[in-house]
Amino acid sequence: MDPMVIFDAGLALALVALSWAVLASADRFASVVLFIVLGLMVALAWVRLGAPDVALAEAAIGAGVTGALLLATLRHLRGQPEAPPSPAPVRWAVGGMVAAVTAALAAVVVALVAAPRPEGLAGAVADNLAMSGVEHPVTAVLLNFRAHDTLMEVVVLLVAVVVVWAIDRGLAPAHAPQGPLVDLGPVQDGFARLALPAAVLLGAYLLWAGAHAPGGAFQGGAVLAAVGILAILAGRWRPEPRHRAWARAAFGLGATVFVLVALGVGLGPRVAYEYPLTLAKPLILTIEAAVTLSIAATLAALFFGREPAGLTVPNTVPNTVPSTARGGRP
Amino acid sequence: MNIGAMTLAEAAGLGLMALGAGFFIAGTVGMLRFPDAVSRLHALTKADTLGLGLVVLGAMVMAATPGAVLRLGLIWICVALAGALGAQLIAAFVRRSGDGSGE
Repeated sequence: MDPMVIFDAGLALALVALSWAVLASADRFASVVLFIVLGLMVALAWVRLGAPDVALAEAAIGAGVTGALLLATLRHLRGQPEAPPSPAPVRWAVGGMVAAVTAALAAVVVALVAAPRPEGLAGAVADNLAMSGVEHPVTAVLLNFRAHDTLMEVVVLLVAVVVVWAIDRGLAPAHAPQGPLVDLGPVQDGFARLALPAAVLLGAYLLWAGAHAPGGAFQGGAVLAAVGILAILAGRWRPEPRHRAWARAAFGLGATVFVLVALGVGLGPRVAYEYPLTLAKPLILTIEAAVTLSIAATLAALFFGREPAGLTVPNTVPNTVPSTARGGRP
Repeated sequence: MNIGAMTLAEAAGLGLMALGAGFFIAGTVGMLRFPDAVSRLHALTKADTLGLGLVVLGAMVMAATPGAVLRLGLIWICVALAGALGAQLIAAFVRRSGDGSGE
């Protein structure tokens, strides 16, 4: 027997147990931490399934950025009572639905094991990889063969941040701009000075590597978003009203470049996304670079959670952090 | 894997990884058993940094290319730095919130 089967079985059990623990945990904070751990385990599962691209995205976005968003949400909920448990009929109904879905999935898995494996699209992708402009099949699918789907994903992110900013206009007085509540100290400062530039490099590397290896715009963008989140948390950067125009430009950049390239290609004798072979790689990398910036700006803005000094709140605390606490930076 | 076919590098690598896993287990036990947050941190960070170092060292011994060795070293440095920072932030928080005995 393959010894990895034992590992896989343990991983599968851990996923189920962690999912249960996330839902059953009475404490919000514990629940969020368990969710982050669950995300990392899911990333490991994707590695075991031979999908390193998905694993990178899951670790960076599913565990990292989503975890940060949930922790930021917790901070807004601080001091509010835990919601009472749902009434019993609701819980039973939800439990019944979950059981039905699980049973259906199990039936599908069993049927799939017995059925002859249908020929997927992997062969078609491999046959046409040379025409895609990149050497990594996942990037070829995302940015060339199925580029329209990817454009829609980029648009979804854009819509999300637009909605968050719009909602926040009504809610803004509820939570004032947050900076670091306390001085995080010199160790944190030194770490940020060291880690943030390195993480920027890593994000750019992931973007570049996506052309021939696992990586790409979403993974690189998530790492760059983490840089933004760390910079906000560490008080090294505070979004201000005058940044709003830049932020809007960054949010829209990815979708705009994507659409312009598609239109530009489509205006000729070709259809949209049918990049000319010689230009395919530069065009794909251009789109990916723009999308990376948009994803980074969008995710960081979602973490900040509000328009910088929204319309209903005057610019209350522009510079409350003593500059001396941050190594004398102005 | 056939034991007889194992090369010296593989044996050394697996041995180092097993030793590293031992440190992880010790650190986990320490985190679960120690009474207060600061000594839990002590158990966790010491064991994790050393444990991951040994696992990385084991992977380095078995790595195929010098580039992989360098990248593994970089991973260890990054995780060690992040772990040290996290522990320092948690310890500072514990100290600020008054008692070292609570969570």
